Amino acid sequence: MKQQEKERIQQAFKEKVDYNELMNCTRCGFCLPSCPTYIETGKNEVHSPRGRIALMKGLVDGVIEPSDEVKRSIDMCLGCRACEPVCPSGVQFGRLLEQARDAIYQTNNQSVTMRLTRNLAFKKLFPNHHHMITMTGLVGFYQRSGLQKVAKKTGMIRVVPKNLRAMENVLPQVPKRKDMKRRPTHLQSFIKQKKRVAFFSGCLMDTVFMTTNDATMRLLQYAGCEIVIPKTQGCCGALHGHSGEQEQSKEMAKKNIAAFEDENIDYIITNAGGCGAFLHDYDHLLKDDPEWKERANKFAGKIKDISSVLVELEFHKIDLQLDDQIVTYQDSCHLKNGQNTFMEPRQLIEAVSGVDYVEMTDASRCCGSAGIYNIVESEMSMQILDYKMEQAKKTKAKTIVTSNPGCLLQMKLGIEREGLGEKIEAIHLVDFLLEAYENANK
Amino acid sequence: MLHETVIEQFTIIVGKENVKYDNASLLAYSYDSTAQYQALPDAVIAPRNTEEVSQIVEICNEQKIPIVPRGSGTNLCAGTTPLEGGVVLLFKNMNEILEIDEDNLTMTVQPGVYTKTIFEAASQIGLFYPPDPGSMHISQIGGNISENSGGLRGLKYGVTNDYVLGLEVVLPNGEIIRTGGKLAKDVAGYNLTELFTGSEGTLGIITEAILKLIPKPETTKTMLALYHDLEEAAKTVSAIIANRIIPVTLEFLDQPTVKVVEDFAQIGLPTEAKAILLIEQDGAPEVVERDIDKISALCRENGAFDVTVAKTVEEAQALMTARRAALSALSRLMPTTILEDATVPRSEIANMVNAINEIAEKYNVNICTFGHAGDGNLHPTCLTDARNKEEIARVEKAFEEIFKKAVELGGTITGEHGVGAMKLPYLHLKVGEAGIEVMRNIKQAIDPNYIMNPGKMFARNKDEVVNE
Repeated sequence: MKQQEKERIQQAFKEKVDYNELMNCTRCGFCLPSCPTYIETGKNEVHSPRGRIALMKGLVDGVIEPSDEVKRSIDMCLGCRACEPVCPSGVQFGRLLEQARDAIYQTNNQSVTMRLTRNLAFKKLFPNHHHMITMTGLVGFYQRSGLQKVAKKTGMIRVVPKNLRAMENVLPQVPKRKDMKRRPTHLQSFIKQKKRVAFFSGCLMDTVFMTTNDATMRLLQYAGCEIVIPKTQGCCGALHGHSGEQEQSKEMAKKNIAAFEDENIDYIITNAGGCGAFLHDYDHLLKDDPEWKERANKFAGKIKDISSVLVELEFHKIDLQLDDQIVTYQDSCHLKNGQNTFMEPRQLIEAVSGVDYVEMTDASRCCGSAGIYNIVESEMSMQILDYKMEQAKKTKAKTIVTSNPGCLLQMKLGIEREGLGEKIEAIHLVDFLLEAYENANK
Repeated sequence: MLHETVIEQFTIIVGKENVKYDNASLLAYSYDSTAQYQALPDAVIAPRNTEEVSQIVEICNEQKIPIVPRGSGTNLCAGTTPLEGGVVLLFKNMNEILEIDEDNLTMTVQPGVYTKTIFEAASQIGLFYPPDPGSMHISQIGGNISENSGGLRGLKYGVTNDYVLGLEVVLPNGEIIRTGGKLAKDVAGYNLTELFTGSEGTLGIITEAILKLIPKPETTKTMLALYHDLEEAAKTVSAIIANRIIPVTLEFLDQPTVKVVEDFAQIGLPTEAKAILLIEQDGAPEVVERDIDKISALCRENGAFDVTVAKTVEEAQALMTARRAALSALSRLMPTTILEDATVPRSEIANMVNAINEIAEKYNVNICTFGHAGDGNLHPTCLTDARNKEEIARVEKAFEEIFKKAVELGGTITGEHGVGAMKLPYLHLKVGEAGIEVMRNIKQAIDPNYIMNPGKMFARNKDEVVNE
């Protein structure tokens, strides 16, 4: 790291990292056993929440200079926030991490390719629904046209890095371009209406995982919800926020707040734990913006995960039925640690007759997906995934249920890596529930 | 800074992956759980076995490089802060339970095993390892032994020292000795096991320990008593003991703590209560039943306005939540939480708590007190902000006066946290200058080059001025 860059980063830490929050850490160490990277690095304090906070504080205090090792520690963090619920002092680690990444990445001298890639992904692709459709459409063309087969047969696929190649294998069959463009904006309840909700459709969920979004809306309709889907909404900005692109994520937050503001609604429903937690935190993201602070508060207060609203509407008390099978659940970190929602998905799964629910050891430990972590930190991600698959196999489950698209892909990847594609299936909670509902109520 | 050739020597002994000296690693091992203490080491080394520890120590002794053995760094006396730099020694590669001997009721462990793992391994076969320091789910047994850690069960079951039967220790000259054994009786020479237990890493490095296990109690019952008056709670504590009942835990929370806990946890504690006693008894069902009935009666006799006995395990857990939430709740209020452990004979509890409140008022600092009333081990906890230097100066004065008062009442400056760097200036209050001199002579005999955890417990030279 060059001296100039060091100085820039150090200055950025002083400006961007909340010193009061750093001071709240009493260094008791209670977070250590909850941290996947602390465990997987053989108890290396550098890769623990307490260590990371100490490093951030060390930079601000000027005890140490920025270095590749310090940056490594911040990069290696999954951002799973498992350290938050176990922290006696209530340190908001997720926020500190975002500030630290912002400080590093807004000042870091990245390579030209890295900068271009980040620009393309963060500024062009995710924020823009049309671009997402185009991109997903290209994937669809690749899958349907026979190109995929050709690429695999000829070995062309090998030019793609190994981890991306594995990812490519587990991507679902993406929807057709014209279907992605023809999305509903208003749906009526199938039964007597109990709630009027808005649906946050997300970027990835409304393209690559469009069928899961459709399933979510159907469940809401079966459960008694009238649904509005504002057309002007966009990507939640979580990937940006977690990767040190805070300014960009603020713009996206404002766009979403405005999109949902006029609707007379009880809740804003999400089906992706990662998005939900970020939306839930919009009030903090915009806390220093007087024009948006109150509006963000209102918005954040309405965010609810699909599992939570289904339990509230007693969906688990109606007939749900599947073939006899063992099922296990992998927590979405941000659903559990960011939104305190972990009982509801289990309650819903256990309500399905035919299901023998077996809790997996360390079900709440991160699966290693963590946004784009499995691509940029693939080695650690795969190490974490291997542990996860060991635990999953011990349950003898046929089905692994998850509640976030990233976790879902990662579990599929884990199954693929273990060569268990014939025996185990990973599925999003809503797809699982819709099948159970429609099966029982034919 | 260590010389390159020294680093090279270390690397040859433990392997490249077990020697770290980049700036992130040095910072990450520059602190423990004690507020306001930080110092960078020169290297962080994780040996894989006793032999490697011995080789590292030999080099350090020759080069006069300080060594700080460190577990998970959860101590509260700055006991593992590398104040004079040198090598921080980790035990992450020495973390196995070596043996559970069901005939002799012992467990042989390496220093890096988590306390909770020991408790669970014993529990699985119907045995019991009682010491339960607050950080037991993350603390390592090597650290517990070095600090002679206590816990909530101290009143009935004692502390770590009462469960250490034997040790393997690497001495500062690199020699390896074994003390004690799987023995209930052993009077062969000085009791070195007890000397090294609680020596805070200043005499040698514990590389193996034989722990005593006892049969697991059949049942446990939990109850809560509320008081309008502090004295009444204190009288109850004395009455329980005077009636020949030794509960497993007898915890106390004062009104400021109760208020904070209730604010935070919202579990319905009556904040008008001036004091709360949380009591647990374990043992055979009929004994537990009888004791709890008797304790309930004693609580009422001594003025408790409400007594609740938990009917289910869940209820018991809910009651324990109040106590467990204490420190969490307190540490959320202010950035800096300074937790002390002044300890007095249990008959002096009321006097001590009153004195703490007066001292807090005198210096205008915010102190809440909770703790192990049964064994007289209190935790006056000061809520402050390390950035406010003027207040911190007052806090230090207040604590000094608390320590003096504790000693005056026949107590001690630290019941279970250890002296470390934090209470070094106050050790003389308890043991006197002559007492310190005895310790200094022991240290000198075992560690003449002063490499083991320097700057802890007492000053190197008699005339060294300690900032009081």
